[in-house]
Amino acid sequence: MGKIGTAGNKGKSIRSDCFITLEITNSGGIKIDLQSKVKSLFGDSIVKLCKDNLKFFKIKNAKITIEDTGALDFVIVARIEAAIKQCIDTDKEYLLDVISQNKDHTGKDQNRRSRLYLPGDTPKLFMNAGIHRPDGIILDLEDSVAPLKKDEAKILVRNALRSVNFYGAERMVRINQIPKGLDDLEYVVPHFVNLVLVPKCESAEQIQKINEKIEKILKEKKLNYPVYLMPIIESALGVIKAYEIASAAENIVALAIGLEDYTADLGTQRTIEGEESFFARCQVVNAARAAGIQPIDSVFSDVSDMEALKNVVLESKSLGFEGMGCIHPRQIKVIHESFAPNDREIDKAKKIVNAFYIATEKGLGVVSLGSKMIDPPVVKRAQKTIEQAIETGKLSKDWRYDHEI
Amino acid sequence: MKSKMIKNAIGRIIPTEINRKPAIPFQGVGKYKPTGRKFAPKISTCTNYPLDGNKQVPSLKEALIKAGIKDGMTISTHHHFRNGDLIAVEVFKIASDLGIKNLMWFPSASFPCHEPIIEYLKDGTIHHIEGSMNGPLGRFTSLGNMKGMGVLRSHGGRYQAVQDGEVQIDIAVIAAPTADPFGNANGVEGPSACGLLGFALADSQYADKVIVVTDNLIEFPCIPWQIHGNYVDYVVKMEQIGIPEKIVSGTTEITKSPDRLLIAELTAKFCEEAGLIKNGFSFQAGAGGTALSIGVFFSEIMRRKGIKARFARGGSNKYLVEMLDEGLVDYILDGQTFDLEGVRSMRENPNHVYTSPFTSYNYHGKGNFAGIVDIVILGATEVDLNFNVNVVTHSDGYLLHGIGGWQNCLFSKNVILPIPLFRDRIPVIKDEVTTICGPGELIDIIVTERGIAINPLRKDLIDKMKDSKLPIKPIQQLKDEAERICGKPKPAEFEDKIIAAIKWVDGTVIDVVRQVKE
Repeated sequence: MGKIGTAGNKGKSIRSDCFITLEITNSGGIKIDLQSKVKSLFGDSIVKLCKDNLKFFKIKNAKITIEDTGALDFVIVARIEAAIKQCIDTDKEYLLDVISQNKDHTGKDQNRRSRLYLPGDTPKLFMNAGIHRPDGIILDLEDSVAPLKKDEAKILVRNALRSVNFYGAERMVRINQIPKGLDDLEYVVPHFVNLVLVPKCESAEQIQKINEKIEKILKEKKLNYPVYLMPIIESALGVIKAYEIASAAENIVALAIGLEDYTADLGTQRTIEGEESFFARCQVVNAARAAGIQPIDSVFSDVSDMEALKNVVLESKSLGFEGMGCIHPRQIKVIHESFAPNDREIDKAKKIVNAFYIATEKGLGVVSLGSKMIDPPVVKRAQKTIEQAIETGKLSKDWRYDHEI
Repeated sequence: MKSKMIKNAIGRIIPTEINRKPAIPFQGVGKYKPTGRKFAPKISTCTNYPLDGNKQVPSLKEALIKAGIKDGMTISTHHHFRNGDLIAVEVFKIASDLGIKNLMWFPSASFPCHEPIIEYLKDGTIHHIEGSMNGPLGRFTSLGNMKGMGVLRSHGGRYQAVQDGEVQIDIAVIAAPTADPFGNANGVEGPSACGLLGFALADSQYADKVIVVTDNLIEFPCIPWQIHGNYVDYVVKMEQIGIPEKIVSGTTEITKSPDRLLIAELTAKFCEEAGLIKNGFSFQAGAGGTALSIGVFFSEIMRRKGIKARFARGGSNKYLVEMLDEGLVDYILDGQTFDLEGVRSMRENPNHVYTSPFTSYNYHGKGNFAGIVDIVILGATEVDLNFNVNVVTHSDGYLLHGIGGWQNCLFSKNVILPIPLFRDRIPVIKDEVTTICGPGELIDIIVTERGIAINPLRKDLIDKMKDSKLPIKPIQQLKDEAERICGKPKPAEFEDKIIAAIKWVDGTVIDVVRQVKE
């Protein structure tokens, strides 16, 4: 009997996935046993894809069982590749074409109010993640993936980065803790990832190691696009070193806090009031602002309580945070609405932006409101407030027509 | 006469005969207008019945024998107990024990609990089914195992077929949660309470013999008498006629799926922006998780704008009852009660009114109630580029669902189908649906998680929504989007044998279902 590889998931609650059992044999050619509820509709194309995949890895004799629950092509080939790599040593990668939407780059300052976590080994959650319009999606390789599934998840996440349309959401991946996370980069950096989340970050040195690896990969693959970083502060040491981390590199665009691990590290419990993490949150906001990047809050874990989430977001906003993590798509709307500027903020921003326009129209170098001079960063901030107000429907696009000067 | 194949008005090839009786091809919506007189039951004489009004018979078996059960008869039962029905299977078990053959089962709907009926289809007790073939029965039928050809009708179509004599019921067995010895019966009281008995109304009026079966026999009078004892021949008291927790579920809840909630939210937003939610409007939403959520979103809009609906059509459940209690709707006109709150409300609130297919969707009526309803929310297994819709078969060709009131509701002013763009990896929008159950001209709006398609015939809606920020897209674009994600499925393959006919609301044949190639 030859080597046997297995990959994927099966069971009652599993959908849009498949479970592969692959046995490399010495003779007899390729034997495919496909069990699928979409067999009559997609059976031929699944078998063809499977044969093509095996041929790519130069496997001539194998018995393969596919237990399919409606997996899309990018999932099927990820599972087969994972099973193959348990049987043979190879660096080859079976890659599907990248969809055009997934070659887009994102901006350093763009909105990062919501980022939706997607467990990296659960493909059924991938397809519809983007339709809920989060600012970003996170394909997670860290805590939401079981240790034994890490290798498969890397391949699946790589394929998702190429094949799944996230409808304009920033494509983020949370790698594993450094040093293990450095290997993950090989699976994400060449595949147009926009941003890498660095968990349990505790030093500028970790950031440097990551950036060295990113640069090496991009150079080898002759690729050239920005890969941003969002370190996550999740320990007492991380909190102390927050500014050192936030200012460690040019491509760091945001600094996030992870409160589950942080409170555990402190030896305390996470509470709704959050007094235990007040210092840490203020420190992260302060460090991020000092480094000129976005401060991002932790996740709120009660997915059924939208009223409590709203209160948490409003508090988070009042501390200076610009975004939060989401573990359920229904949280996105509440987060966007609660981070949106309020009427007073919009009013003030309108006055500033209007003064800026007037100054520009008159060719003045200095923007002033009444007798006060307005600094450029304040104008920039006010412009962002206006953008968010328009986006959340709180302000008309044509607000300047109605604006009283 | 030998059956031939002809093309009907919607382009489907159908036989001219079904189970050796002539079949009329679909001629277009509202085109077929039969004349003559309605079917009439035999004249009965009250002196043939006990003067003391006691029509009790010791057992169902005895009642069936007294009713003259014999080979080739048509026996009807009803689905008020949904998946908790114990009576239909019992009837055919008795028939099989008596050695009766070639019966036609005429249920108002079938459920997975009716799987044991397969045994009586196999042993020849039942020749074929006219009603619905759900789940296991559908699979059995799809594999070509039923002797005769199945016939699927809508709830309204069932009433039409009974009224114009297309189906003549020999024995109707009505399972009633509460009844008196005279045969008056209702669904609002008793351990098997299900709300109403509307689906049995036609059977009580037109069947040759009517048997009422109950597990809650009370003294005369049984009030309200949803089924009137004057139509009833025999009354049987049994230990148990249904499984309460499977009849009504206390846990019908709005969906937790974020994707379905998004579809529900988009549907409600569309209705609001299109001006369909206005004072005095009316709507019908079903019992599925998505439909329930749409009701909840409607409530929020109505509260915010201070709008009241004149009536809501049930399928009622606790969410609809809350709207009635809160004063958001004046009346619930109910065709089916889905949970215990619905049953309670119907029992206690005079504005929660029970209806039957006669009230709601009667093709031979003098007017059509369905046309009065402003918004109706329906489901679908497939939709095609012409907005034709399939609700009975899946894309792999298997017959798995009945029509229910679906076809009848299409006559409402705005027919909306909130459906996911694909299920597992099976796209819902096709070039052509596997089976046509409803012509596209009657379907107005498709709402999916990836966009909303408005039927080009609804120029008024397109015009109203032209500045909307909602993702309104041509249906072709939605189809392309699904196929980019899922791939294009191979069409299902069929044998030549026709296993079931799909009737339109007027009794004509709109399509057929063929045996699935294994």
